[in-house]
Amino acid sequence: MTLLTTVFAAIICTIIWYKNAPKDEMKVGILCWMFWGASIMWLVDAIFEYAELKEEYFSPAPADMLNDLFLGLSVVALGLIIWLIILLIKDPKGVVKTALLKKKG
Amino acid sequence: MACFLVSAAEAIAASVAARALEKKEKAHEDANVQSDGGAVKIPFSRKLKWLRNMLWGGSFLLAFEHVWHGEVVPWFPFLTAAGDPADAAEMLHEMATVGVTMAVLVTLVWLGMVGVSVLIEKRADKPLPAEE
Repeated sequence: MTLLTTVFAAIICTIIWYKNAPKDEMKVGILCWMFWGASIMWLVDAIFEYAELKEEYFSPAPADMLNDLFLGLSVVALGLIIWLIILLIKDPKGVVKTALLKKKG
Repeated sequence: MACFLVSAAEAIAASVAARALEKKEKAHEDANVQSDGGAVKIPFSRKLKWLRNMLWGGSFLLAFEHVWHGEVVPWFPFLTAAGDPADAAEMLHEMATVGVTMAVLVTLVWLGMVGVSVLIEKRADKPLPAEE
């Protein structure tokens, strides 16, 4: 479930990035790298788990599935927070800088 | 248990290499995408940053998963498995199998991306056929 959530996040971010490319004012590329990197790593984790559990891997207990879904959503939220922090620090559109200077003036 | 540490170590190496390469390219005035008669070349440091970003992003989010499962704690020795010799051996085995495979697969995906980008660069190099 965590893998699935992250893969969907990666796909959505890639579509958004592609739609706005070559401009990347919102730095969506950061999210794409982050979610694709995590998806590949969780895919490996899933393959190893499948090798161990065989067909049982595809029928997890509802409680485990729910926990994995919560984890997946939390991972996406954390990714978005990291992206937001980077976006505000890099401030490619100069919005933060303008807002701060406006307040000073 | 601590499989993300392998990718994190590779991420550190990729970051150092990307920075050193970028400095070298800047010294040779190659840091930016150059146009030479329509040809486009992406600096290798930029390609290395793709790998770096994937590795850092992935290992950070995986580290969070380990915190979620109580395998990483904010006090020494930070990895719960490190406290017990039997668990430590299991952790090292997992790092050597799952961790290394993760790092290898991310690197293979990156190599594929570099291959595609080289092909695109080569295609951009070719002159357009004359219109009849």
